[in-house]
Amino acid sequence: MAVQSQFAQALLDPAHPVPDGVVDPSGRPAGKRFNVYRNNVVVSLLDAMETAFPVIRKLIGTENFRNLAGLYVRQHPPKSPLLMFYGTDFPAFLDGFTPLAHVPYLADVARLELARRSAYHAADATPVPADALSQIAPARLMHLRFTLAPALQIVPSPYPVVALWDYNMTPDAPQPPAEAQTALITRPAFDLHMQVIPPAVAAFLGALRQGNPLDTAFDTASALDGAFDLTAGIVLLLQSELIVEIHL
Amino acid sequence: MSKSMKSLAVASAVAAAVVSHANTASAQSKEKCYGVSLAGQNGCAAGPGTSCAGTSTVDYQGNAWSLVDAGTCTEIKLPEMADGTARSGSTEALERDLPS
Repeated sequence: MAVQSQFAQALLDPAHPVPDGVVDPSGRPAGKRFNVYRNNVVVSLLDAMETAFPVIRKLIGTENFRNLAGLYVRQHPPKSPLLMFYGTDFPAFLDGFTPLAHVPYLADVARLELARRSAYHAADATPVPADALSQIAPARLMHLRFTLAPALQIVPSPYPVVALWDYNMTPDAPQPPAEAQTALITRPAFDLHMQVIPPAVAAFLGALRQGNPLDTAFDTASALDGAFDLTAGIVLLLQSELIVEIHL
Repeated sequence: MSKSMKSLAVASAVAAAVVSHANTASAQSKEKCYGVSLAGQNGCAAGPGTSCAGTSTVDYQGNAWSLVDAGTCTEIKLPEMADGTARSGSTEALERDLPS
């Protein structure tokens, strides 16, 4: 056990001595080989971070990104063998990283990139047909609870996160406007779809996802914005194929 | 809003939504078709570990922190903070001290 933890520590810390027992075929300490190995470990994680956060990389530049990710991968080595989910602590890491405090939107952009990945890898779910709602007695409708699609992701931000993402990922996208944006990420028909939604709509979806009935979700959204349009909210649910189960 | 009023409001909103959705969606019914997702949308959404990773390239393991190249952060106009400080990115060197 001590050998394993010593080996693991030395993997992420270049200043750490080569672990005991790492020897070449003639029994001599294999420092060079171990250095190649631990370099590959870190480089593979840096590459994973670069793949995972392309917008952050563009925002701060590739070299800065790799330096930053180098700090991150040593503080937060993977906890799971699923590399596709690596980087979940990156937004919180960015929040606490004072040298980049002058780019305050980085953490929220990282949250958006993570949310897109989660949505992409979420389980498939078959949406209910739209006419399922019209077969329910009108008086019951306000009490309905829904199971929403596992791919649903909502990312609120005081910064224009969706526009920042577009600006860096889509050719000819306009400059981000100076506004707060809440991102809605859905996966109707297997492709990710990202759009900006008003905070009241986010509150509506959030309340439904927590298992609240339709009337409570309506109240929650209306409390935030008296002009909240319930019809538009339900159209959004249907168009984004978010309802996968109806609980009467 | 009374309970019966709300029930009516919810019921009519649902009815209107179903009709509106049926009008826009009926023409484009979808079927399962795997492996045809747009390359750009998949590529950037699938994340690391999902495609064959290249062999290692040499990198340095040091913790040196330098800000030489800037990305697009300086081109983005953002609202000022509450105290009036500008929020745009910067190409200036950042503080060198790092959290331990």
